[in-house]
Amino acid sequence: MQAEELNLKKRAEKALQKRARYGEDFDLKSFGAAPKFAKPIKDLRELDPESKKTLLQVGIVPDAKARLGSLIITDNALAHTSLSDKSLELLSTQQALKKHPWLKAYAWKLVPVDTDKYSAKSYLEAADGYFIRVPAGKKASFPLQTCLLLRSEKVSQTLHNIVFVEEGAQLDLITGCTVEKGVEEGLHLGISEIYIKKGASLNFTMIHNWNKQIGVRPRTVVCVEEGGSFVSNYICLKPVRSVQSYPTVRLEGKGAVTRLSTIAIAYPGSELDLGSRAVFNAPGTRAELISRTITTGGKIIARGEMLGWAKGAKGHLECRGLILSESGSQRAIPILEANVEDIELTHEAAVGKLARAQVEYLMARGLSEEEAVGMLVRGFLDVGIRAIPKKLRREIEDTITKTALGM
Amino acid sequence: MLKIEKLTVEVAGKVLLRDLDLEVKKGHTNILFGPNGAGKSALMRTIMGFSGYKVISGRILFNGEELAELSVDERAKRGIGIMMQRPPDISGVRLRELIKATSRGRIEPEALAKTLDLKPFLDRDVNVGFSGGEIKRSELLQLAAQDPAFFLLDEPESGVDLVSIGQIGKLIRKMLSAGIKCPGERYEKGKSALIITHTGQILDYVRADRGYILCEGRIMCSGNPLELLDEIKSRGYEECIRCKLKS
Ligand SMILES: Nc1ncnc2c1ncn2[C@@H]1O[C@H](COP(=O)(O)OP(=O)(O)OP(=O)(O)O)[C@@H](O)[C@H]1O
Ligand SMILES: [Mg+2]
Repeated sequence: MQAEELNLKKRAEKALQKRARYGEDFDLKSFGAAPKFAKPIKDLRELDPESKKTLLQVGIVPDAKARLGSLIITDNALAHTSLSDKSLELLSTQQALKKHPWLKAYAWKLVPVDTDKYSAKSYLEAADGYFIRVPAGKKASFPLQTCLLLRSEKVSQTLHNIVFVEEGAQLDLITGCTVEKGVEEGLHLGISEIYIKKGASLNFTMIHNWNKQIGVRPRTVVCVEEGGSFVSNYICLKPVRSVQSYPTVRLEGKGAVTRLSTIAIAYPGSELDLGSRAVFNAPGTRAELISRTITTGGKIIARGEMLGWAKGAKGHLECRGLILSESGSQRAIPILEANVEDIELTHEAAVGKLARAQVEYLMARGLSEEEAVGMLVRGFLDVGIRAIPKKLRREIEDTITKTALGM
Repeated sequence: MLKIEKLTVEVAGKVLLRDLDLEVKKGHTNILFGPNGAGKSALMRTIMGFSGYKVISGRILFNGEELAELSVDERAKRGIGIMMQRPPDISGVRLRELIKATSRGRIEPEALAKTLDLKPFLDRDVNVGFSGGEIKRSELLQLAAQDPAFFLLDEPESGVDLVSIGQIGKLIRKMLSAGIKCPGERYEKGKSALIITHTGQILDYVRADRGYILCEGRIMCSGNPLELLDEIKSRGYEECIRCKLKS
């Protein structure tokens, strides 16, 4: 074990200068270390209205009845955990590593420490984050929620999350990543390793809400075993400097399925390099990758990649990009690769402006042009998140409407 | 209510309507006949102000006001409502949401949808995958929510099964006579309409005042709508063109 750790450390140190393959290259030295201590939050209901609003905008509700449990990390430290169903585990990754010696065998196994400088830094700082484990057969009745909040100015927040959904278990997870009001510049580096065991399913909703000078570099790998299911919805609708993320779902067991949706808006000055990748490593696996993005002046690159290595695999990739201003740009980069016969991978990509006929149709019903465009834009995004469980979706649609689109 | 004078309209560089005169008085329901491709739908789209339909000369007056400078929504706000022959799919927008927005919250979509057997459609995306008849009913539902003073109905009964024709016809009649207590009030308080029909089936349900025949972008003839329909049925449109050429 000792030797392995030494080896990891060496690899990470060597990768500290390694540029990421995509996205703007941030100089890590120009950001301070995020504080490793947090002011504890006893009860989410006792937060001040401003903080509550910050959390609400990323789907984190103070009402304990609507959630099975909550975990909040501020900067680089745990600030809150609460859990009403003790059969589940919800703690910080560092706590979990102490509690479960076996966890070491899983940490940094899906995301290599030397992926790039961001993963290397997170490893070397022994980044904390959330650890979730749903025991075999447990079907969680309500969602868990986790919030990763950046509170300090011009620091780099490093996080490491590990999730286990054991055999036959089921979980809805909401993760909100955001900044405290007033924080303008910073880096959010987040490693997520997600294990979905045989017949288990995870419905993962992640909402990002940043600020104009924040850089965001998530590194996520998900491993889905036989008959397992991973559904993810990534939502980013507010200004940000740069997000580059390309989560990978490895479908390792027969009949494993995944569906990843991305909905995002790029404002002037924002660069969003977003993608998702599915690797079909077992027969009869399925994937659907959906992206619906809008630019009002920023730059969007929508990637999607499907790699087929097993018979009977089936995947579809759908990229749609709207341009709502003169200056923005949309680039869709779909990649399909089949390495065996009997495999079906398809893609569909379209970028452009709103159809005038649709806008006028709604205007003919008495809606102003602005209302018509708003309704169409909301609908455009809405299609991207229809896989979210109904009750939760209503909540998230609300979040989108009120806080993100300001309608 | 609606007065069109010497209207010439161009679409994609081609003249579609030429020197067209047409009038619909307050409380009147007028019928527009004409063969496929005559320009009937184009006329309705021009009245509504859709882009691509360029008025080269002439004018359209609505309650005495010229429409030329008004945007689509301004025309809708003046009281013009359209039932389109081929409305676009609005993916992501549920019918319920559109009804709510159209009626500005005045109307409960559930109750309204029930009268048209459209309840199951409220949570579907507007027009997406709707059958021909379902589109007609959904267009009517939207018009009922909008409650215009002037209806442009583009083939309300085409593609609709016989049972639904009754349903649609009765609803149109009800909408056109909303707010009037006796026939005498019709030209004073009734709604007005311009209706395109090929079969004339809608005439079993609404009282039509005047008919127009449009061929190749021109009004060939106008008169009693039932008589015009009989004439078209027995002699076809060819005769109208020949007749017009003679005059
Ligand atoms: N946007 C357009 N671009 C090019 N041609 C058009 C356009 N709109 C209409 N047209 C053409 O103009 C002509 C008239 O079309 P319109 O839809 O008004 O016919 P219509 O009288 O409603 O026929 P129908 O009875 O078949 O509905 C047709 O030949 C049609 O192809
Ligand atoms: Mg037509």
